[in-house]
Amino acid sequence: MQFKSMVLSNVEVSPGYFRMRMTAPQELLESSPGQFLMLKVVDAIDPLLRRPFGLFDVGTFAPEYAGCGTQCYTEILYKVVGKGTKMLSALHHGDLVDLLTPLGKGFAAGPAGEEKVLVGGGIGLAPLYYLAKDLVMKGEKVRLFAGGRNRDDILCITEFERLGVETYVSTDDGTLGERGLVTQVLEQHLGSGMRIFACGPTPMLKAVALMAQSHGVPCQVSMEAGMACGVGACLGCVLKGANHTDETPDYRCVCKDGPVFDSFELQWS
Amino acid sequence: MTRPDMSVEIAGIKMRNPVMTASGTFGYGAEFVGYLDLESIGAMVSKGLSLKPKAGNPTPRIVETPGGMLNAIGLQNVGVDAFINQKLPYLKDVDTPVIVNLYGNTLEEYGEVAARLDGQPGVAGIEVNISCPNVMQGGIVFGTDPQAAQEVVRLVRNNTSKPMIVKLSPNVTDVVLMAKACADAGADALSLINTLTGMAIDLDKRRPVLANVTGGLSGPAIKPVALRMVWQVAKAVKLPLIGIGGIMNARDALEFILAGATAIQVGTASFLDPGAAQQIARGMEAYLAEKGIPSIASMIGALEV
Repeated sequence: MQFKSMVLSNVEVSPGYFRMRMTAPQELLESSPGQFLMLKVVDAIDPLLRRPFGLFDVGTFAPEYAGCGTQCYTEILYKVVGKGTKMLSALHHGDLVDLLTPLGKGFAAGPAGEEKVLVGGGIGLAPLYYLAKDLVMKGEKVRLFAGGRNRDDILCITEFERLGVETYVSTDDGTLGERGLVTQVLEQHLGSGMRIFACGPTPMLKAVALMAQSHGVPCQVSMEAGMACGVGACLGCVLKGANHTDETPDYRCVCKDGPVFDSFELQWS
Repeated sequence: MTRPDMSVEIAGIKMRNPVMTASGTFGYGAEFVGYLDLESIGAMVSKGLSLKPKAGNPTPRIVETPGGMLNAIGLQNVGVDAFINQKLPYLKDVDTPVIVNLYGNTLEEYGEVAARLDGQPGVAGIEVNISCPNVMQGGIVFGTDPQAAQEVVRLVRNNTSKPMIVKLSPNVTDVVLMAKACADAGADALSLINTLTGMAIDLDKRRPVLANVTGGLSGPAIKPVALRMVWQVAKAVKLPLIGIGGIMNARDALEFILAGATAIQVGTASFLDPGAAQQIARGMEAYLAEKGIPSIASMIGALEV
């Protein structure tokens, strides 16, 4: 659906990273973790296109003023990387943005009783919080492996811990948690009865996907791609399906077929 | 007060209003259900179809530029047979004309694709793409050489009884020359413009942003060029014209009508707002109602110079 949304808060949670809360219609409570929104930051032609963001959180709160029912909200966690996100970071409470959401295919939680293993690299943590919240609510055991270049890239870890998620942190420079790649830490803990949910830079996802496949652990990955429309029309965000060849093309739209894919659906070479 | 008459006709295709969706920006129609009423617009134009399914270009395929975007999708499509079998049945139940955009990798393929669509009752007309800038062996040669364009148009003419629209490239020295060539070869209508060839460079990486190096520029940035070309062609050619290029709202659309277009196509705007075409149709009608203009037909080519 498409709607105008009011910014409720927009806070820098780590240098260059912002967490923004916006109003949303009640219907968004029906969204799935892993789905995303397309945000038009300003009603002008520059920047022209919407920007895609994974749903970091969806929930309700009771407004402080009397006489109002609960209000639904959604949150995004984003990194300032260019003109659009820079303008976004300057928005304040009361500003309006235009949203298209919920879009795409989210995570499939899988059977109850498995150990749910979340793997996030940098800003890839964003959709995993909504997922963690959902899994914890279902009574699942959830572990999070979070990685980044340095401590500034490790986002909102306390929020995960507050949910009761067991967290493992690693950074390339050792400024927080173990020194090294998140995949190295993950590998030490992989075992049967697990299901992996990963989001982060493509090289990380590739490593996680291949590792999961070699351990026989089911793995879903949330992919990122530049896109114009978010509804499967522009074909700008395609990835190669596992059996793609030039003669028998099998392109998948990140926006519509994803952003969450089973790792074996995609070509990783 | 009676509502203004927004209906127009292009080469026998009757449309409830002049708003069409531009090829390549509206998928096969079904993608947009839920965001707009397919029966609120004048006509739908499908993604460009080829004889065989087409993989398209490597990624990155799109990049935003000031006031526009570059795309090098590479004409990815399901192929004409899959379109007929999988996409068209759904559209048959929608009371809005479906125009199929087509292209060929060779001259012969243009004729073959047109022939396969000819017997399809759900196809109201065809739009021949002689101008997609991204396919080396295909479009661009036909789209920039008047004689080659004529050959394509004649061949398609011989393979179809459907109304035939020819979509023109702006990447030419003289668009009027191309328009006349296509008109002489049997086109029923012309649509213009396709994207302008452009490129974007990543300074720090010293590399082109698009994997294809160049791409087609669309969006508000190209509107002035499109308006100029529609106006020039309207003065020189008698065929009905469909104006395309950076139309974001009803006022933009009406400017094209004044310049001489009978209908318009909404392209990039549908990416920003999947309901854009419907809103533009509604806005055009509201403008006429507000100004007391009884029919859209009276505004076609009514520019005072």
